[in-house]
Amino acid sequence: MTDPSDTATLALTPLDALHRRLGAKMVPFAGYAMPLQYPAGILQEHLHTRASAGLFDVSHMGQIVLRAPSGRAEDAALALETLVPADIVSLPPGRQRYAVFTDDTGGILDDLMVSNQSDHLVLVVNAARKAADLAHLRERLAGRCAVEPLADRALIAVQGPKAEAVLAALAPEAAAMRFMDVRPLTLAGAACLVSRSGYTGEDGYEISVPADRAVALCEALVADPAVQPVGLGARDSLRLEAGLCLYGSDLDPGTTPVEGALEWSIPKARRTGGVRAGGFPGAEVILRQLADGAARRRVGLAPEGRAPVRAGAALFGAADGGEPVGVVTSGGFGPSIGAPVAMGYVPVAAAAVGTVLFADVRGKRLPVRVAALPFVPPRYKRS
Amino acid sequence: MLKYTKDHEWLRLDGDVATVGITDHAQEQLGDLVFVELPGVGCTFTQGTAAAVVESVKAASDIYAPVAGEVTEVNEAVTQEPGLVNSDPTGKGWLFKIKIADRGEVDALLDEAGYKALIAG
Repeated sequence: MTDPSDTATLALTPLDALHRRLGAKMVPFAGYAMPLQYPAGILQEHLHTRASAGLFDVSHMGQIVLRAPSGRAEDAALALETLVPADIVSLPPGRQRYAVFTDDTGGILDDLMVSNQSDHLVLVVNAARKAADLAHLRERLAGRCAVEPLADRALIAVQGPKAEAVLAALAPEAAAMRFMDVRPLTLAGAACLVSRSGYTGEDGYEISVPADRAVALCEALVADPAVQPVGLGARDSLRLEAGLCLYGSDLDPGTTPVEGALEWSIPKARRTGGVRAGGFPGAEVILRQLADGAARRRVGLAPEGRAPVRAGAALFGAADGGEPVGVVTSGGFGPSIGAPVAMGYVPVAAAAVGTVLFADVRGKRLPVRVAALPFVPPRYKRS
Repeated sequence: MLKYTKDHEWLRLDGDVATVGITDHAQEQLGDLVFVELPGVGCTFTQGTAAAVVESVKAASDIYAPVAGEVTEVNEAVTQEPGLVNSDPTGKGWLFKIKIADRGEVDALLDEAGYKALIAG
């Protein structure tokens, strides 16, 4: 039940009034009042995003600027590489890359996007972690980088096969961008920082816009008949079908990037024998796991029946008896698949696609099959 | 004439059998249903125990037996098409029928005015 007073003490995004005007059901999320869904409902919002274009408010996420005293992005990149196992130094201006903050045991403190803005870096971090990330950056990069939240900005996403046409109608240059390009664009009169990226598996854009121009920009976007507002409910089902991790559920300080199947985010330069090997927190653990493997691994899980298998469900190797061998970390219904989908951690011996495991759902063991991720093919515009 | 529980189930009486479903208010709060699990015919429940499960994209919710009794029939159509519960919660979206063990439990349930007051409150 949604009691409007539930959200009274929460932070509001610059789009709060617009959400309410659009009939959103608002819920508390990471300290913010956020739209769970609009009157169309989660299923329809999900399917509309895959068929056309969805507009998401993700202003609760943290936007952080990292600036080296030298005024060179490369110096900020070298500093940031002491906290993440990604290759930031080779990131060209106008490009964005995925990274994770690790701790001294190799566990993941947050996952983030990093873009090179020529003379500084911009980081986009999870809402629930932004205060901790800011403190972590300021403590660990003291003297090497100024760390400032990008103030008074909203962050919105336009996702789906019609996103390009929608953005190009406001700024033709948007069409020429490739996946993970980042450009300054003027949209509906607002000076925006736009990346071609997202959290749905679809082509699309994420747009950092001055807070006082956010409503006007969103109104211009929803005026396009291809665009419909989409809430957190469909955002979660879209990212789950796309095999993308939710920090706090699929990734946390108890999981390493290797266990999380995020090796692709650790390039050669940072691995043993690389030009800037190691030098990030937990490197010893992570480099050893890259060489020898980890004991468990994040995999896709396709329940064989119709019942959704949710986060927290224990996984067993047999239909009865025995101890749990793993756990589901995200799970629900995949509207584009028309069937339940899930992700979880299993022993490496059970991580091969096709392996049958059993999930405990309300005391019953339901068969689930280890499945390749993503569940839906990505449609990023890579070229 | 429907009766209601505080947990947002409705009952329609036909002799000593009650048809049970969830209210329009409940389906609206839950959102689009994607899975319904019904009890087996012949199962017996005491009042207020979990008898069925409905799941939306986001979450699973228990449906409680509104009165004690034995399940006499279940609506297989909603297990095939859970959206029926959203589109017609008090009609084609009924969940199960239960043979009422204690008529007194029915009398103590909310009437329509009482239920409307509950959801307005």
